[in-house]
Amino acid sequence: MSDFDREQILRTSGVDVLKCMRCGKCSATCPSYDEMEYHPHEFVYMVEKGQIDKLMASKSIYKCLSCFACIERCPRGVEPARLVEAVRLQVIRQQGKNHLRADDIPALLDDDMPQQAIVTALRKYSK
Amino acid sequence: MIFSYYPGCTLKNKAQDLDRYARLSAEALGFTLEELDEWQCCGGAYSMAKDEIASKLSSVRALNSAKAQGRDLVTLCSACHNVLKQANADMAGDAEFSLHANNYMQLDEPYHGETKVLHYLEVLRDVVGFDALKAAVKNPLTGKKVASYYGCLLLRPGKVMQMDNPENPQIMEDFIRALGATPVLYPYRNECCGGYIAMEDPALAQKKSTAVMESAADMQADCMVTACPLCLYNLQKNAVTNSQVPVLYFTELLAEALGVKG
Amino acid sequence: MQRIGVFVCWCGSNIAGTVDVAAVAEALSHEPGVVYSTNYQYMCSEAGQNIIKDAIKEQQLTGVVICSCSPRMHEATFRKTAAAAGLNPYMVEIANIREQCSWIHKDMPTATEKAIILGRAAIAKVQLNAPLIAGESPVTKRALVIGGGIAGIQTALDIAEAGFEVDIVEKQPTIGGKMTQLDKTFPTLDCAACILTPKMVDCAQNENINIFAYSEVQEVKGFVGNFTAKIKKKARFVDPNKCTGCGECTEKCPMKKIPNEFNLGMDNRRAIYIPFAQAVPKIATIDPDHCNMLKNGKCGLCAKVCGAGAIDYKQKDEIVERQYGAIVVATGYNPIKLDKFDEFGYSLSPDVVTSLEFERLTNAAGPTSGTLLRPSDGKHPHTLVFVQCVGSRDTSGCGKPYCSKICCMYTAKHAMLVREKYPDTEVYVFYIDVRTPGKNFDEFYRRAVEEYGVHYIKGMVGKVAPRADGKLMVQASDLISNEQLHIEADMVVLAAAIEPDKTARSLGTMLTASMDTNDFFTEAHPKLRPVESPTAGIFLSGVCQGPKDIPETVSQASAAAAKVIGLLAKNKLTGNPCVATSDEMMCNGCSSCEKVCPYGAITYQDKEFRMPDRTVAIRRVASVNEAVCQGCGACTVACPSGAMDLKGFSNSQIMAEVDAICKM
Repeated sequence: MSDFDREQILRTSGVDVLKCMRCGKCSATCPSYDEMEYHPHEFVYMVEKGQIDKLMASKSIYKCLSCFACIERCPRGVEPARLVEAVRLQVIRQQGKNHLRADDIPALLDDDMPQQAIVTALRKYSK
Repeated sequence: MIFSYYPGCTLKNKAQDLDRYARLSAEALGFTLEELDEWQCCGGAYSMAKDEIASKLSSVRALNSAKAQGRDLVTLCSACHNVLKQANADMAGDAEFSLHANNYMQLDEPYHGETKVLHYLEVLRDVVGFDALKAAVKNPLTGKKVASYYGCLLLRPGKVMQMDNPENPQIMEDFIRALGATPVLYPYRNECCGGYIAMEDPALAQKKSTAVMESAADMQADCMVTACPLCLYNLQKNAVTNSQVPVLYFTELLAEALGVKG
Repeated sequence: MQRIGVFVCWCGSNIAGTVDVAAVAEALSHEPGVVYSTNYQYMCSEAGQNIIKDAIKEQQLTGVVICSCSPRMHEATFRKTAAAAGLNPYMVEIANIREQCSWIHKDMPTATEKAIILGRAAIAKVQLNAPLIAGESPVTKRALVIGGGIAGIQTALDIAEAGFEVDIVEKQPTIGGKMTQLDKTFPTLDCAACILTPKMVDCAQNENINIFAYSEVQEVKGFVGNFTAKIKKKARFVDPNKCTGCGECTEKCPMKKIPNEFNLGMDNRRAIYIPFAQAVPKIATIDPDHCNMLKNGKCGLCAKVCGAGAIDYKQKDEIVERQYGAIVVATGYNPIKLDKFDEFGYSLSPDVVTSLEFERLTNAAGPTSGTLLRPSDGKHPHTLVFVQCVGSRDTSGCGKPYCSKICCMYTAKHAMLVREKYPDTEVYVFYIDVRTPGKNFDEFYRRAVEEYGVHYIKGMVGKVAPRADGKLMVQASDLISNEQLHIEADMVVLAAAIEPDKTARSLGTMLTASMDTNDFFTEAHPKLRPVESPTAGIFLSGVCQGPKDIPETVSQASAAAAKVIGLLAKNKLTGNPCVATSDEMMCNGCSSCEKVCPYGAITYQDKEFRMPDRTVAIRRVASVNEAVCQGCGACTVACPSGAMDLKGFSNSQIMAEVDAICKM
């Protein structure tokens, strides 16, 4: 299964993990670093090694803020956030694996929460 | 001068000020924002996945409507701006995506990224010109120290947004100068506020937006301006600092300086 | 019809083990024009060569085909053999039946068949060979060295020591280059100025060396042994023969606020200035962009205070034309601009500096007189963060794809020196890889860690955020402990990538010397001819060819000098007669050949031609400078009318070879 997942993730993300030179600038710049079990540079290395199951089981995939900082600052154009996105999609595209359901939303809102947050969260967390 | 205009959901709802002041200011500066008919939500976030097609079609539809009208497409919300520009770049440069998207769309003539997408700030800089804006200012905001907050979505990815240097942008600072105010430079102006994580993990959003506001406060800002409703929300709601810095939309500042705030 | 002799070599078992050499000799003996065919164990041996010589004489051979190894190996040998027997050396052709046949085949019948075909092609070619005579050209016994840094200085000194004249052209007011700005040099920590300035003085005192400082090469024409260069001596507005370098003018000039390039803008100089105390030549220069007298005729103070009467506001740029036999490029490097790396806060805080700026901040002749002080407030920094690979190994488009090579070592040096001089400091170095393969280099880096307690952290800095209180918040990754670090630093030092000097590209065009996509000059062979450009007579010294440190630069500089000396020692140069030639009757003057010629060997001239009706017409036709042509053949392919041909490799010869190969 893992090989299939790896291929699928490489295809979905369009990332060439072999371009990584292991500098760690992605993890140096990541605003969610402390909230992640696996950090951006680990996503790159673990996808390379095929450790997809661990990544798919990790809460880290819901912590990426899609801020594009690692994409912007990577000196090799690896774009780790694309891998986080691809792994998350690999999970939530499965039947019944949505991370956020429409029914959950009202409880998470306050009066000022902009629509932008709701639609973005829905896009990120469910299919 | 008339531009096609894509306001986006939030500007119709929680961020009506961002929209209202932009339209008032546009009239004062001699250009018109003509809202697209039947636009649909951009989705707030542009999926980084190559094989995600359907969720991007609403943006392609908006881009194609602007093309049909033969106008540049203007947006205000950072997120809409980010999504539209990324979708446009993919339609122009990613042949596989563009083929799939066009197949779904069934347009008379396929869309290949012909529409030029502009953020309102780019209209001010590149069409109106900051010198002309300065000349149009009725109430210069002299002495006001304003920290511009770019966040993520206005600037990144830099190669696609093509708005400004993503690590040392000047467009908002030049805008603030044109209004007669003093821009405050602070290092966190292009760091993330936490964004949509505010819904699920408010503690993280608090950490991130607090760091941003503290950085602006540290540099003695009187207020902060942003183009993004979610940034505004996070900074106003989640940032916890000793000296709470007021946060407003850049268009409000603009309308005030132009004397059209009403 | 030629009388051709065929000589098939066994090369021991190298060829004979796979190719039936007797069968090859037999088969080729039936080819048209072949009057003699034989095989022998080692054709290149003296006995083998004697077989060839004897056959030439006895059989009155007019052409020779050797079926043996690559022409790279022994073409020259066999040409000499033929010449010794009285045959024009260009009547010899080699069929490569070793590298291109026996070494790559296993099956003897196949290899034998192929060897016969290759031999047949060579015979077909030799049928059309004509004797060629190599031309000769004289050598101007003077070298031009472009760039007066340590590379150019060392090359010039070595050439001058061998007794040849050398001109150094340096665009700055003084020679010395980047090394003058350095404080100490790794791995022995000698003071850069202490080892460099004696060499600068040697240059000035050597009778064979002529320094054109504050000058630029404007135009280069000619070819190996015979270059002509136009050198622009920019007006200094100071008479170099009168100025004593006393510095009186530089103290009195009222324009005090001009950023001092020598200290990278970290302090100021006057409008009339001497870059530093040991400048060579030590002559004042007026900066015309800032001098009031030159700009609006108001001031003239320097002329008043100059006891030597050296100031000359009317001085003009001067063009000098000089002849050279060889040219050495030593244009050096600069650190890249960091405007695409503002995540490190370079433009937000003066306390974020480049490594070269840091050199000035620790140099006794620098803006702080060698005491390490923060540029923002002049306070002593306690925590310093060094960031390596800023813009190096960067394929994102913001930086350079190559490793700048010198940064690992100078960063170790900086870190070590800071810790030695200021034991109260904490020093962090963020690295991706530490690359220290030079002699005593790794030991040096380890000393920084083990003896000086420098914190080396495997990881990169992601963001430097300056705070209002002057602290720099460094956010970085520590990949070994898998942590994101937040360090409160007082100074951040960025090891900016280095790139070739901006003048290199236009100089490369001027010299028709090839460059790579990074604007480094390319060498004729990356291993075996590393200090020569593919263009004859152009040599490479220092970083203009690729990143390198001082020891390597000096080695290469001396190597380039050795090559130049070898060239200048010759009285005449024998050219390669296999050059392009244009059939003027067929040339339509279209310029296609001129555009593709990488050596600038083709020019056009208007010539008179007698037409069939006895009128005279003037036509524009190509002509090849045989001394410049390297025989690459690009023009013969580009020529649409078939007028261009290469002697020794003519279109008809190549077609004859193809026909012979295709003949069943």
